[in-house]
Amino acid sequence: MSAGHDYSGVTVAGPRERPVTDPTSLHTAYLLSLGDDALVYAQRLGEWMTHAPQIEEDMALGNVGLDLLGQARALLTRAGEVEGRGRDEDAMAMLRDEREFRNVHLVEQPRGDFGQEMARLLWFASYQHELYTALVSSADETVAGVAQKAVKEVDYHRDHATQWVLRLGDGTPTSHARMQAGLEAVHPYVAELGEDFAAARWAAEHGVGVLPSTLSDGVNAYVADVLEQATLSMPDEPRWRARGGREGVHSEAMGYLLAELQHVARSHPGATW
Amino acid sequence: MTQAGWPLWEVFVRPRRGLSHGHVGSLHAPDAQMALRNARDVYTRRQEGVSIWVVASADITASSPEERDSFFDPAADKVYRHPTFYEVPEDVEYL
Repeated sequence: MSAGHDYSGVTVAGPRERPVTDPTSLHTAYLLSLGDDALVYAQRLGEWMTHAPQIEEDMALGNVGLDLLGQARALLTRAGEVEGRGRDEDAMAMLRDEREFRNVHLVEQPRGDFGQEMARLLWFASYQHELYTALVSSADETVAGVAQKAVKEVDYHRDHATQWVLRLGDGTPTSHARMQAGLEAVHPYVAELGEDFAAARWAAEHGVGVLPSTLSDGVNAYVADVLEQATLSMPDEPRWRARGGREGVHSEAMGYLLAELQHVARSHPGATW
Repeated sequence: MTQAGWPLWEVFVRPRRGLSHGHVGSLHAPDAQMALRNARDVYTRRQEGVSIWVVASADITASSPEERDSFFDPAADKVYRHPTFYEVPEDVEYL
């Protein structure tokens, strides 16, 4: 993490790095933060195929993942255009290394039990719902277009998580305990969703994006309401919390996720079928 | 959440306005609201419908194969019950 590393021109400064201030890099970084959240969570949700409680739930989580993958494709394509170095969606998804990914830690964490996944989906879909609602009026037409389509998709994702959290929370003593444990497990990763970062500040100033901190109230209110109905309690302020994803600093799980995601594309460069 | 604990639901989808709901299949779900959502995910992924009904399979009373002879065979030779003696205007697609 020494100063002056060139992360293909799209890296925004971490704590000890030279701040990136040119608009192209900041715009690209903002698009990557949106696209990488969707791409990486799509990968995690895809892991549920054949592992969900029923085949119907395999389908549901697969559909959510595919919705997110569709969002990621459009956003990563746009990031490549703005960057202007000839990288398409495949190059963005398959040929970037860990330090170039700008997703939050929440979406890269390994799959827990089903309750924990519903806790993660509830938070993430609630965040994305607030996010895309705001981005409908983005000055970047691609972002506005994606947001318009995606807001309906994430509305359904949020509903799916809500239905399950209500049933598991207000179900049996075992389901209640495991749902509460799932909420506790994801809680240290939640705050990062609402944390402002350099590229988002640039994007908000230029009408392209929105400051994550302005979304938190809506997200928290929605989740708190669901938890109350589900007889669950909002976890206490965690003693530690994840940070750094937006600057490309990830947790241990991220390298393994990318290895699986990118393996085929890197083993057979340019392969088509 | 054992698999045996999830009842079976029959799914009916209306392909578009003006048509009636048709049976498309069945699925498992813990309750009616979840069955409706599962049906959305399993049976309308490719824009197959504009409306979904779900019915608990246990609530359907069905004719049994043993009743087939008495139920259906007597209609076989009643050709006069078919509206084949009328001219159907060409524009009427669903009659």
